[in-house]
Amino acid sequence: MEEGKKLIITVLGYDRVGIIATISAILAENQVNILDISQTILQGFFTMVMVVDMSNSKCEIGQLRELLVKAGRNLGLEVTVQHEDIFKFMHRI
Amino acid sequence: MPFHISKDEIMETVRMVQSENLDIRTITMGINIQDCRHRDGNATGKSIYDKIVKYAGNLVKTGDEIEKEYGIPIINKRISVTPVANVADGLNRDDMITIGKYMDEAAREVGVNFIGGFSALVHKGFTHGDKDLIAAIPYVLSNTERVCSSVNVATTKAGINMDAVYLMGNTIKQTAELTADNDGIGCAKLVVFCNAAEDNPFMAGAFHGIGEPESTINIGVSGPGVVLNAVRKYPEMDLGELANVIKKTAFKVTRTGELVGRVASKRLGVPFGIVDLSLAPTPAIGDSVADILQSMGLERVGAHGSTAALAMLNDAVKKGGAMASSYVGGLSGAFIPVSEDAGMIDAVLAGALNIDKLEAMTCVCSVGLDMIAIPGDTSSEIISAIIADEAAIGMINRKTTAVRLIPAPGKKVGDWVEFGGLLGRAPVMKVNQFSPAGFINRRGRIPAPIHSLNN
Repeated sequence: MEEGKKLIITVLGYDRVGIIATISAILAENQVNILDISQTILQGFFTMVMVVDMSNSKCEIGQLRELLVKAGRNLGLEVTVQHEDIFKFMHRI
Repeated sequence: MPFHISKDEIMETVRMVQSENLDIRTITMGINIQDCRHRDGNATGKSIYDKIVKYAGNLVKTGDEIEKEYGIPIINKRISVTPVANVADGLNRDDMITIGKYMDEAAREVGVNFIGGFSALVHKGFTHGDKDLIAAIPYVLSNTERVCSSVNVATTKAGINMDAVYLMGNTIKQTAELTADNDGIGCAKLVVFCNAAEDNPFMAGAFHGIGEPESTINIGVSGPGVVLNAVRKYPEMDLGELANVIKKTAFKVTRTGELVGRVASKRLGVPFGIVDLSLAPTPAIGDSVADILQSMGLERVGAHGSTAALAMLNDAVKKGGAMASSYVGGLSGAFIPVSEDAGMIDAVLAGALNIDKLEAMTCVCSVGLDMIAIPGDTSSEIISAIIADEAAIGMINRKTTAVRLIPAPGKKVGDWVEFGGLLGRAPVMKVNQFSPAGFINRRGRIPAPIHSLNN
């Protein structure tokens, strides 16, 4: 089994200005490439799922998670960062 | 597109981890120590220590890295070793105690919270080493922090060694007395088995079986919270459909364990053994097997119907889990430990659940009478008789059963014992006081059961 370098980032919370900008700025600073973004707002509640590739990043997953979770907290958002294999394994055979 | 998982599926997984307590309960590294035997306890213990540190030196670090990278909590990293009675046969009781100390030190050195394998397999009779090891158990469990012990007293093929059952009643009492200052916590680290599993990753009963390879990685997953939420979503569903929902949920939970097992095995360079499909509760609210049974429609666990509900739950979990993993094994049954499950404790307090009902529930699913506090003045014969009953259930039904009882010194029915952490707290439960002494004192062996004429 090859371990990839793709991550799934989810962001949940009340909608406000600058959520995507804040998250993507951190990703850009750390050379993490965004492959896909999907975002919905339901009754003011913001949900975003991002697929990113960090194979060119010098940052560790743990550090990146800390940065994103901290930035999310400042905006009142809950951010999760998980390896894509978790999702692949759980939902596909 | 590089990725084909829907947003709903992603959010489902995130929810399982964030709010439903989905985690990897344990990565347990099994280590063969049969080559560590030397002339005395000190040299043997030192050799065991060196081997554990060499093999498991990176276990905790690797587990922590996987947790960080994959974003999935890994609660415990543990070690199991070959039953010490086999390795150290011919040494005496004091040597066994010395070996136990080295095991404890090795566990502390590599940073695991428990190490299993201070064990003996005596289902058909004792070797000298078995007797010396069992004699050492109370001292090792009271003088070490992390060593766990187990003794297999029965199998379906050999019957029940009633001499061992008698001896273990005494051993449990003695262990409780030596750890009286902590409510008899030593007994929380001692399991008496029938049909013990050689690849069980869960403590306190883990050991590295004789048929196992040099080293192996076994995984215990945990998902009562996830199953609970799935069941709660469908209050009107009939039981056949509900079984399907549980199967699908168990599949997802087990896949996580399969993934972590494969990654850990690769990084540590150790073969992947098995994923244990057991639903293992924790004292955390919502992470309870009792709550699942109650969400299936029982007012309280322990009510009539609990055995049927548990049978269905356990079977559905196995069916879903077996599909999710290349290798399943270990105990793979729902655990119903009283002290580690908030719903079980509530049911005991409400008067809904007693030892007799727990025993009945162990017939269909679970691994046994687990983490049950009983009055400190319970006689060793009664404890032996409880072990004999449980062993009989395992022997006849060809399944693993176990007893982990805590006769809490000085405590009476209704008092509490407090162990803290994953071991939790428990109310002292009532035990039938009519004496089984005449039966237990007969000793000998209960012959293996016949395997045809099954009714």
